[in-house]
Amino acid sequence: MKAIVSFVAVLLLVAIGYMGGSAGSTSRFLFGVVAPYSAFAIFVVFMIVRILKWASSPVPFRIPTTAGQQKTLPWIKDSKIENPSSVFGVVIRMALEVLVFRSLFRNLKTQLHEGGRLAYGEAKWLWMAGLAFHYSFAIILFRHLRFFLEKVPYPIQLVESLDSFLQIGAPLLYLTDVALLGAVTYLFIRRVALPQVKYISLIADYFPLFLIFAIGATGVLMRYFTKTDIVGVKTLAMGLISFNPAVPETIGAMFYTHVFLLSVLFAYFPFSKLVHMGGVFMSPTRNMANTSREKRHINPWNYPVHVHTYEEYENDFRDKMKEAGLPVEKE
Amino acid sequence: MKIYNKGLVFSLILVFAAIALFPFLVQGGRVAAKPDPKTDTPEIMQYAQEHGGKKECVESKEWMRGEHMQLLNQWRDSVVRDDNRGYISNTNHQRWNMSLQNGCMKCHSNKKKFCDECHNYLSVKPYCWDCHIQPAEKEEVKS
Repeated sequence: MKAIVSFVAVLLLVAIGYMGGSAGSTSRFLFGVVAPYSAFAIFVVFMIVRILKWASSPVPFRIPTTAGQQKTLPWIKDSKIENPSSVFGVVIRMALEVLVFRSLFRNLKTQLHEGGRLAYGEAKWLWMAGLAFHYSFAIILFRHLRFFLEKVPYPIQLVESLDSFLQIGAPLLYLTDVALLGAVTYLFIRRVALPQVKYISLIADYFPLFLIFAIGATGVLMRYFTKTDIVGVKTLAMGLISFNPAVPETIGAMFYTHVFLLSVLFAYFPFSKLVHMGGVFMSPTRNMANTSREKRHINPWNYPVHVHTYEEYENDFRDKMKEAGLPVEKE
Repeated sequence: MKIYNKGLVFSLILVFAAIALFPFLVQGGRVAAKPDPKTDTPEIMQYAQEHGGKKECVESKEWMRGEHMQLLNQWRDSVVRDDNRGYISNTNHQRWNMSLQNGCMKCHSNKKKFCDECHNYLSVKPYCWDCHIQPAEKEEVKS
């Protein structure tokens, strides 16, 4: 049901984008210029707002994760990356998390076998699909810079040629296009096929999957099948980048659908789970060195508590203690 | 609102903003030049003269703009695999010779001013010239 609602929502967005792109020049201006500009502004501003909001919550104590031995006595070997006590270790742990999804790699499958025997198995498919999805998306985004830079720099040309090195068809098939659509499809099927995952899946989980699939599908349709006036597309993109927007007549409704869906994604990004792009750097279990034993971390909102020390206690009751024959520290 | 770890947080925001805004910063408000492929080679002009002032390609200009790469792919397969060099146009129903060097490039003898104009603009690198010999172009005398 939740999947169906998300699917219908994305279909509606596709319809809106397609109709907007086929209507008159005012509508094309709205979908080709106003929508991307406002979506991008929302994205940048509210990402920063979100990061500042996270940064305003105090995290007074180190939150160690138990994946490795923490630094204690010199003869006990500590795990420098799994439970880092130095900034360098934290940087390595964060880099592994961001670049190769280390904590997802540890994902396990728990199964109860006959006779109450519990078994843990490896479960790497989610990790693999996640890697394929994120890297494909990153490469596709990077490749799209060719529309936004007047002289296309060498690194982009290099990525393009590597991405299309199989030289299948014309225009050349990009491997990341296939990988992205495949990975998104897997991530969706996983959500509906596994009962446990389906149970915890929300509209907010299905919607971005459908949205990203639709963005990829419209892009693939435009590049390989229906075709668009690609020179016009770059003219529009360069117009946006140089703040001289001009809307060519020749680019079809499919392009506006693609751009409108992308605008929706950008505008939705800071308010959705996708904001983990910034959030991963702000997660306390990943970005803090475990120095709980080396340093005393004091809670900043501690209020002064009146304490009654043993010394004061003895001063109060010394005579009575002596009478009862209890040992005292000061005579 | 108190911000903790100001230095790190603001560097993170700065890096994010720099990556997000970098194409805008690179372009800096300059208006980019549009490609302008030229179809004014002597061969095309002569063809137009012989055909009542009409410039025409194997198919319509709009169709060629989107599909020429697929057409060239089909031509290659047809010539190399089936030894078939005849192409009947869907637009004017004439027979054209399927050939890159003796067909396409015979009229469009200005690779730099025709092919490269859009291909460079969009960073498209067709691998035609991995096998075919690139046509020798006369260097234009700059006035």
